[in-house]
Amino acid sequence: HVGSKLDDGVGYDLSASTFSPDGRVFQVEYAMKAVENSSTAIGIRCKDGVVFGVEKLILSKLYEQGSNKRIFNVDRHVGMAVAGLLADARSLSEVAREEASNFRSNYGHNIPLKYLSERVAMYVHAYTLYSAVRPFGCSFILGSYDQDDGPQLYMVDPSGISFGYWGCAIGKAKQAAKTEIEKLQMKDMTCRELVKEVAKIIYIVHDEVKDKAFELELSWVGEVTNGKHELVPKDIRVEAEKYAKVCTTTTSLLHGISVTWVQNNSTFKVFFPHFMVTN
Amino acid sequence: MAAATAMRFGQLSSGSDMAPDWTTKEVSTGTTIMAVEYDGGVVIGADSRTTTGAYIANRVTDKLTPIHDRIFCCRSGSAADTQAIADVVTYQLGFHSIELDEAPLVQTAANLFKASCYRYREELMAGIIVAGWDKRRGGQVYTVPVGGMLVRQPVSVGGSGSTYIYGYMDSNYKPNMTKDQCLRLVSGALSLAMERDGSSGGVVRLAAISETGVDRQVILGNQLPKWSTTGYIPYCLSKGLEIYPTV
Repeated sequence: HVGSKLDDGVGYDLSASTFSPDGRVFQVEYAMKAVENSSTAIGIRCKDGVVFGVEKLILSKLYEQGSNKRIFNVDRHVGMAVAGLLADARSLSEVAREEASNFRSNYGHNIPLKYLSERVAMYVHAYTLYSAVRPFGCSFILGSYDQDDGPQLYMVDPSGISFGYWGCAIGKAKQAAKTEIEKLQMKDMTCRELVKEVAKIIYIVHDEVKDKAFELELSWVGEVTNGKHELVPKDIRVEAEKYAKVCTTTTSLLHGISVTWVQNNSTFKVFFPHFMVTN
Repeated sequence: MAAATAMRFGQLSSGSDMAPDWTTKEVSTGTTIMAVEYDGGVVIGADSRTTTGAYIANRVTDKLTPIHDRIFCCRSGSAADTQAIADVVTYQLGFHSIELDEAPLVQTAANLFKASCYRYREELMAGIIVAGWDKRRGGQVYTVPVGGMLVRQPVSVGGSGSTYIYGYMDSNYKPNMTKDQCLRLVSGALSLAMERDGSSGGVVRLAAISETGVDRQVILGNQLPKWSTTGYIPYCLSKGLEIYPTV
């Protein structure tokens, strides 16, 4: 890595307690690389709730459906979707749960999401200060719905920073997913409409060639669930996946046909492209 | 309240009849306190007498203590205990509000009072009414009596003088009163309690808390509501004296 080693062989990237000459903390950047190697997770906030979608890659033929969850419940009204090292993410979800629970115990009401994300971000940040520990190798998206604050969406990354969003994506296809998210008018959509769009985006950004099979994990929290964060019910998920498959197949068919036409191929082989032409 | 204090701290008096009360008894806000919710805020009130036994240590006490911009507490029981708890909660709530970057909820303040009152229930003697306004639920009244229970009520009375006005409250409180009706209800109830309870008296302190702010007032002795069977009027009538007009 350019800049991480001086000519005399002393590296600036060996511990989080060292800055490089150009002001970077390499360990934190390497942690973000770990997130970029993981499959995509997205979260979108709409008029009356928040929807999460995670592309869960299936690495084994013996995989049990519904296992290896990437979406966690932090409190009744708060959900968390993760990308990166799953073990780190699980540990942080426990931290988030304790924060939310202690808040309720001390102050008598639901934890506001802004406060929760800042507390967990502070915790993540602490692990970027010392050489004795390594930073967390995961980013996560927190979403909640509450009578008074409405829907809220926050994202925390390994550097320990937290921002609020209307829509965000983490993981390997986050750029492509962000492009798709930006096309949506989420402020005017309801959760039911948004679920289908989230499924569609995950299907769009999924790389059929490199990653083969995947399971879509969908969850939501909003007026539609009465403020409770839960996995999207099976029938709605199936409908959303059907919609997503139709959209992506149509698009890829169009692209495939245009390719065969231009290349003057007589075969009807449809190419599944890596980069989707925007509709 | 005074009798209860005597029971708890009787051992300290060392049985000497020659020493006056106020050298041995704990300082107590004998008290009558109350709080009423109305649409848009709360009205809180208290008397102003602090006693050490039979001696009135302070006849112009302010028992309505601000905890935050729109949250107050009414203190009854041991003066020291309630002041200490109020200081702790003021600190905790102030810190919490800065962290949240928004005005704290009345419910949060009440929970903080409950936490302290319940954890140290064996050592404390504190009956507190927490009342205020927040933008989530408007005006709210929470009562935290001795022992550390927490419950929200539309109206709450507390202190040694409260026993004399339960009937008055039950018969005169109606839901959805206006601010002025609440002010009259509170000042009327407090003056009745102050008339009958030896540990309550002095002036009536009132505060109306709403979105726009806190409006405090004091009703002095001669301006208190007058009742036909107690005090001033019967005395005048019995002596054939002129009854001076009241405000």
